Amino acid sequence: MMSGSAEEKDDSVGVRWPELGVALLLVLLAGLVIKDSLRVGTGWADDGPRAGYFPFYIGLALLLSAGWVALKQLLNWRAHERFAERAQMASVWAILWPMAIYVGLIFAVGIYVASILLIGYFMLRHGKHGVALTAAVSLGVPLFFFLVFERWFLVALPKGPLEAWFGF
Amino acid sequence: MDELQNLFHGFAVAATLPNLGFMLVGITLGVLIGVLPGLGGANGVAILLPLTFSMNPTSAIIMLSCIYWGALFGGAITSILFNIPGEPWSVATTFDGYPMAQQGRAAQALTAAFTSSFVGAIFAVILITFTAPLLAKFALEFGPAEFFAVQLLTFCSFVGMSKEPPAKTIAAMMLGFALAAVGMDTVTGQLRMTYGYTELLKGFGFLIAVIGLFGIGEILLTMEEGLAFKGKSAKIDFRVVWQTWGELIRHWKLFLRSVVVGCWMGITPGGATPASFMSYGMARRMSKDPQSFGKGRIEGVVAPETAAHAAGTSALLPMLTLGIPGSPTAAVLLGGLLIWGLQPGPMLFVEQKDFVWGLIASMYIGNIVGLIVVLTTVPWWAAILRIPFSIIGPVIIVICAIGAYTVNNSMFDVVMMLVFGVMGYLFKKLKYPLAPMVLALVLGDMAEASFRQAMLISQGSMNIFWSNPLVASIAGLAIAMLVWPLWGAAKNLARQRELRAGG
Repeated sequence: MMSGSAEEKDDSVGVRWPELGVALLLVLLAGLVIKDSLRVGTGWADDGPRAGYFPFYIGLALLLSAGWVALKQLLNWRAHERFAERAQMASVWAILWPMAIYVGLIFAVGIYVASILLIGYFMLRHGKHGVALTAAVSLGVPLFFFLVFERWFLVALPKGPLEAWFGF
Repeated sequence: MDELQNLFHGFAVAATLPNLGFMLVGITLGVLIGVLPGLGGANGVAILLPLTFSMNPTSAIIMLSCIYWGALFGGAITSILFNIPGEPWSVATTFDGYPMAQQGRAAQALTAAFTSSFVGAIFAVILITFTAPLLAKFALEFGPAEFFAVQLLTFCSFVGMSKEPPAKTIAAMMLGFALAAVGMDTVTGQLRMTYGYTELLKGFGFLIAVIGLFGIGEILLTMEEGLAFKGKSAKIDFRVVWQTWGELIRHWKLFLRSVVVGCWMGITPGGATPASFMSYGMARRMSKDPQSFGKGRIEGVVAPETAAHAAGTSALLPMLTLGIPGSPTAAVLLGGLLIWGLQPGPMLFVEQKDFVWGLIASMYIGNIVGLIVVLTTVPWWAAILRIPFSIIGPVIIVICAIGAYTVNNSMFDVVMMLVFGVMGYLFKKLKYPLAPMVLALVLGDMAEASFRQAMLISQGSMNIFWSNPLVASIAGLAIAMLVWPLWGAAKNLARQRELRAGG
């Protein structure tokens, strides 16, 4: 970051931080696997291998391979490879946060109302569709799923206060 | 000819009216899944799997495998008309398919693609019909050590054959195994790696992982590319189909070669995607006029499509006979079998004759139905692709969320789907392969069980993997596959040193 060469000023996100982050996360997970395998026992009991016997080596292999990726990235820190452009990251973010809020909303108001809001928001904000079309799709699709699941397949999906008000 | 008799019996099972109806539904859904971004064979089947729990297993697997055929067919439509591969295995189809569409030969390209897919699949099904019973009979003799050796070979081949860096392949695979180990240990009943969270008792469902990794991950990637669908329209009339078929017959050698490549890559877990690239590369190298490839050669459509479909179909051979799937979608189907209480593997051919032969017979009928469906409905699918992503995108997210929820009726799974989605996006961008991770997640428990049984027999000695010629040769092949990348690295190093010495 200090050198400030022409390449580093371009409008993109470098690959090194995501690469290092994912590798270190995997190392951390490997640590959790190994720690718990040691807790349940990695050795031999009277009736055969203990519960941690197999996962212990899995954790070890994960630790080594992910550690290798992290190490290689650290040794190669100067090389600037592109992860994605900033504009691209922005559009990924533009769908990621509504998705997270959508999942949160399912807890609160059920999947059908949350779906109406998600489709409606996305069509108005990113598609610039008219209100009539937006209303038709965002109401029609969840209604269709409601009929398919609650009526025909008798699979109950998460419902909220609105459905309760209608008596479901 | 025991096989033929069994097969005819299978046709009697598969060709009932309800089953034919399920096939038609499956193919149509499959093409739809193949055409839409963010929905593919693996996660499409994963989402629909819970809906089939109440059906009888034979009808259910017929419908689900038809979804798979449909998805294989559907990938070609988007590649040729829109230059957007709907599935990874149709990337190579875009090289010559899209130029053909630009030159106004979309109908020929589509006919060639569908016909090639059909030919590839039929040859693979014939292979399955005649080798599956033999392989199953052979595998009946397998003990735990042999099974573990075969599983080891499957996973080592990923390391040896994938184009991703070996360290990342191993890391992705081990992550799959680790996630599979979470929860209650089936042998001792102890809790592993739950760290006190009751949600983790059941472990991580691979269906959730597949929906997240392939579905949500793909949506994020599609957003990043900022797709604007600008496609060619196409209508296929029968005169064109007839003419193209006449032309295709002259390429019979190409078909045969691509079928061989595809079947080989499908049985070994290379999968449909590398098969399609390999076959395309071979067709170009062996052509008299390699320069014209990429500019709209019909061979450039035939080669990858035939190989991809042959690979996709023959991936079911090791799944049925050994319980080891050759592709992520086959892995999801295998998960389905387990949920229906059917243990995939050699015993399936002894205990569930109706089921196995019904499925194999349905592969023949399903592919014929598929060919007819796609040839007649292309304009309709092309119209679906013109729906903007701002509508399709959120609808697919809703479908994924519903699919994830219905697996176990648990909201925790929906949250996990989101986590797996972000992981799928990062892994794709950082070139961690997803297929070995999914396979490890599905096979983890089985691999662990056979490993522990083998260790029990040998009282903890690794020598059991060298104890007889069969297991030793499988294990030896596995080790060879594992160290294969080292050989490549050593060669590179030697070449660099030579260069440095020379320069």
